[in-house]
Amino acid sequence: MRELAQKVVRPLAAEVDREHRFPAEAVKAAAENGLMGVLIPREHGGAGLDALAFAICIEELARACASTAVIVDVHTSVGTEPILLFGDEEQRRRWLPRLASGELLGAFALSEPGSGSDAASLTTAARRNGDGGYVLNGTKTFITNAGRAGLYVVFARTGSVERASGVTAFLVPADAPGLRVGQVFHKMGLHGSPTGEIVLEDVALPTSNRLGAEGEGFNIAMRALDSGRIGISGQALGIAQAALDEARALMRERGHEQGDDFTLADMAARVESARLLAYHAAWLCGAGRKFTREASMSKLHCTDTAMQVAIDALQIAGEDGAIDGSPFERHVRDAKALQIYEGSNQVQRIVIARELLRAG
Amino acid sequence: MDFEFTAEQVAIRDTIRELVQDRVAPRAAEIDARAEYPEDIEKLFAENGILGIPFPEEYGGISGSSVTICMGIEEIAKACASSSLILAVQALGSYPILVAGTEEQKKRLCPPLASGEKVAAYALSEPGSGSDAAAMKTRAKRYGNEYVLNGTKQFITHGNVAGTLVVFAKTEPGNGAKGISAFVLEKETSPWAVAKLEHKLGIRGSPTAQIVLEDVKVPVANRLGEEGAGFKLALAVLDRSRPGIGAQALGIAEGAFAYALNYVKERHQFGQAIASFQGIQFMLADIATQIEAARHLVYLAATKVDAKAPDLTKTAAMAKLFASDMAMRVTTDCVQLLGGYGYIADYPVERMMRDAKITQIYEGTNQIQRVVIARALLR
Repeated sequence: MRELAQKVVRPLAAEVDREHRFPAEAVKAAAENGLMGVLIPREHGGAGLDALAFAICIEELARACASTAVIVDVHTSVGTEPILLFGDEEQRRRWLPRLASGELLGAFALSEPGSGSDAASLTTAARRNGDGGYVLNGTKTFITNAGRAGLYVVFARTGSVERASGVTAFLVPADAPGLRVGQVFHKMGLHGSPTGEIVLEDVALPTSNRLGAEGEGFNIAMRALDSGRIGISGQALGIAQAALDEARALMRERGHEQGDDFTLADMAARVESARLLAYHAAWLCGAGRKFTREASMSKLHCTDTAMQVAIDALQIAGEDGAIDGSPFERHVRDAKALQIYEGSNQVQRIVIARELLRAG
Repeated sequence: MDFEFTAEQVAIRDTIRELVQDRVAPRAAEIDARAEYPEDIEKLFAENGILGIPFPEEYGGISGSSVTICMGIEEIAKACASSSLILAVQALGSYPILVAGTEEQKKRLCPPLASGEKVAAYALSEPGSGSDAAAMKTRAKRYGNEYVLNGTKQFITHGNVAGTLVVFAKTEPGNGAKGISAFVLEKETSPWAVAKLEHKLGIRGSPTAQIVLEDVKVPVANRLGEEGAGFKLALAVLDRSRPGIGAQALGIAEGAFAYALNYVKERHQFGQAIASFQGIQFMLADIATQIEAARHLVYLAATKVDAKAPDLTKTAAMAKLFASDMAMRVTTDCVQLLGGYGYIADYPVERMMRDAKITQIYEGTNQIQRVVIARALLR
């Protein structure tokens, strides 16, 4: 894994960032090495590994290229795992092998322009049509892998039930008539990973594309995000480790004094503690134990660590590090996204506090 | 301590504020996206006397006060950090002349800068000499009535657009910091070459040039101060310019905060404005407090520049250190307050976060500021 990341993915990182280019060859190499199906059971063409192995894979990818890491992470966790956990046998057989091989890239469409942290307020509508299927209408935003994905897990409101209990999950193929990619955003970082809007206009789906029962969608989304947060933790660790490694190499090369020595020591201690927290959450998840609180703590701590460590590393590098194409400035731009997506760090604090203050 | 600005300073600030809102703010996103030096903004500042702020009236300017310079930089940086450098570097490039120039040099060199006919730049750093400025390699050899300069200068803000360039070079290479002298290069008579322009994380509209000096002839009349007095002058100039970088950081943070504050009042989630959540409110309170603390330190340092206070070096370093670290934290939090929207270029705060980072690095990295502060404390 490390060899693949360092030999194939890392040499592309600067160019992918500079050109705002999808790292197709890196994703292809990841697919050829079985990375797109890490969590998928062997019977469905995957590697059948657990959350800890997944976290380590994403960490190694992110050490090389944060854009590639988030593409694979979103595909593997929130883009695929809902089918693994909530799909019926027919859905698992139909979709998982194609996702595991990388033939299809997965994506997760929950957020909307007016519904970010407050996901339960989403307004995309799924109405029953005459022949027992559904028709979807609405706009999803900030969708990672937009335009590249072959399959979107889309959350929409069925019936007139408000808030969370009216949300249902659907599997929407990218080539479904009526689905189109809207604006693709120009972002501060993660330039290799497309983020955009998905517009659904009278997208007709058979019932066999509904994931889980009507009204079960919000629970599916929350469960997907719990393990998604382990993936993001891995991504954060990879960025932080890369920044730490590069700062260390620079200091060894050009000499160092105690001021920067202390900063480097703080960076290393932060990364180490973040890693242990992430691996612990991943281990709980893999062991089938409750891990919601730990996943949120891990996401919060790992991403705040990545931001701080990236800023500190750039500060150690100085003006040379701020030049375009330097990994130091790229890490700063990339790290910021992690404090925001898959539940902003404010939402993580809400989750952690709620778990802590729960009665009983 | 409260800062009582004079009626004149307030009038200058209000003029700049209005001009910035009308003419600079609408250009800021484009200046960043295209990474182009905004000549139109330079012209606007020249026409409106803003480039004359660093100069006293007797040299064609309108002020010469560091407090006024900081007020101007702060106002411009609220909308566009790149544009704020047009004033900040005009001040940086002019300070050596104002601090060490003879009456003849000031009368000759300052008016075209004060009128904005020319912009100034300041060339101290080299590829192998950043924080350790005394290790510079650029050489100045005297032949009769002129010096011949050879060397490479690195990270020179506005090095490609300037008409007047202050260059530090070794006149006595064996003598360390005491062998450095300062020179004023005028583009028409002492032309320098621009080897490359850097692409940067932020302040993309402010060109950063690598400058090559190849047998550049400079008249002795353009040497500032005595031979060997250059390094002391470079440090004296940085004492005066650092509050300006503090003001720039302050303006960037204020610009990001003003945008984010408005956003959290308008963005609704869970059926209410997100500003109604205590978690967000605590962030707002921390941001506003940090900005306020930085503002006082910046204007205290600027006041000390104008008063020629003996402890200026320490306070100027503190102002630059604190305000720039503050700006990095605050802009990072402001992106956070906008969530996903904060991360995309359709909104200004991601640009402000990218712009903030350089304030921790240039005109002496914040590690150097700590060295300076500690040295002053332990003296």
